[in-house]
Amino acid sequence: MKLIRVRYTKWYQLLSKGIFKDNPIYAMALGICSALAVTNRVENAIGMGIGVTFVLIASSGTTSLIRKFIPGRVRMVTYMVLISTYVIAFQLILQAFFFELSLQLGAYTGLIITNCIVMGRSEAFAVKNPVHFSVLDAIANGLGYSFTLIVLSIVREILAFGTLLGFRVVGEGWVNWTVMAMAPGAFFVMALYMWIMRTIAKLDQEGA
Amino acid sequence: MERMITVFLASILTHNIALTYILGMCPMIAISKNLKTAKGMGVSVVAVITITGTINWPIYRFLKNNDAETLSLLVFIITIAATVQLLEMLLDKFIPSLYNAFGIFLPLITVNCAVLAVSLFSVNRALGFLETVFFSFGSGLGWALAITLIAAIREKIALNGKVPSGLEGAGIVMVIAGIISLAFIGFGGLVNF
Repeated sequence: MKLIRVRYTKWYQLLSKGIFKDNPIYAMALGICSALAVTNRVENAIGMGIGVTFVLIASSGTTSLIRKFIPGRVRMVTYMVLISTYVIAFQLILQAFFFELSLQLGAYTGLIITNCIVMGRSEAFAVKNPVHFSVLDAIANGLGYSFTLIVLSIVREILAFGTLLGFRVVGEGWVNWTVMAMAPGAFFVMALYMWIMRTIAKLDQEGA
Repeated sequence: MERMITVFLASILTHNIALTYILGMCPMIAISKNLKTAKGMGVSVVAVITITGTINWPIYRFLKNNDAETLSLLVFIITIAATVQLLEMLLDKFIPSLYNAFGIFLPLITVNCAVLAVSLFSVNRALGFLETVFFSFGSGLGWALAITLIAAIREKIALNGKVPSGLEGAGIVMVIAGIISLAFIGFGGLVNF
């Protein structure tokens, strides 16, 4: 009984929407560039996932906190300034504590600014909702994004390098499939992933 | 001059911003349904990337001389937003026919990551001023080439092909982009910088 009641709370709805139903990547097709570009190694995917989640939570929280003071006409610029401030903060933290990772991600940490998910959540949710729901929504979307990145990077790293987080997982006779680490591999793995996830999501809808 | 031509060709073919660095994918998916709008978007992106890439170079020099490189991200994005807004207003005022054709694409360009990426790449690779101009122009053209190719193929598919329901929309764009970028790998080693 209790479980059924949990399903109808706003908290549960928001979380399940962000992670599964409206997953930013396969359902909404947002934030694809970074999801494709940094997923050649699991390490990069985790770093990027943490970065985007952090920026999402911080910027959604702030936007929602000051939503009554943002004039409608300049709201886009306001989001941009807020988002870029947090991205710069994340970049500095990364350079200070995880220098190797910051070199691997390169310009892509800066490009979190133009990640449509962050901007989209500010515009579609945070600017209309109270702080605790906005933060929850940001966490859900961040998790949905990170989940996708990690799945893609696991597939690509095993196929391209035969390793997982740097540890060798395949046998001796393995030949590295280098194209998987480059752009075409990213596109194909993403297409397959979208196909599978969308089919599952559809079946789920029909079942319910 | 030889160096400029190398940078220019490399940024279109071997270091294509869309097909090698996978940037600017959101508009690539949203606006590649038909060839005409895709071309419009492509032309607008070429103009904006060339202008902002060129403007951001001296701005970065200025910030660097004042030890404020940390702020460059923030300043770049504001420059881009301002340029787009200004371009929109100028076109509306002086060339209304052009505004009617390209006006709707301009606001979308601010969130096209390829535009910001060109400014960042030029900084990361320490390109000179003229190199940056050619690099920006080339990257813009490369992006326009990619979106035009994808839109043309999508139009053909819509006419006489069947796409599995789970692959419709974003999925099929990924497949097309994957095949084109495989073809572009063939240019590898042609020019390098």
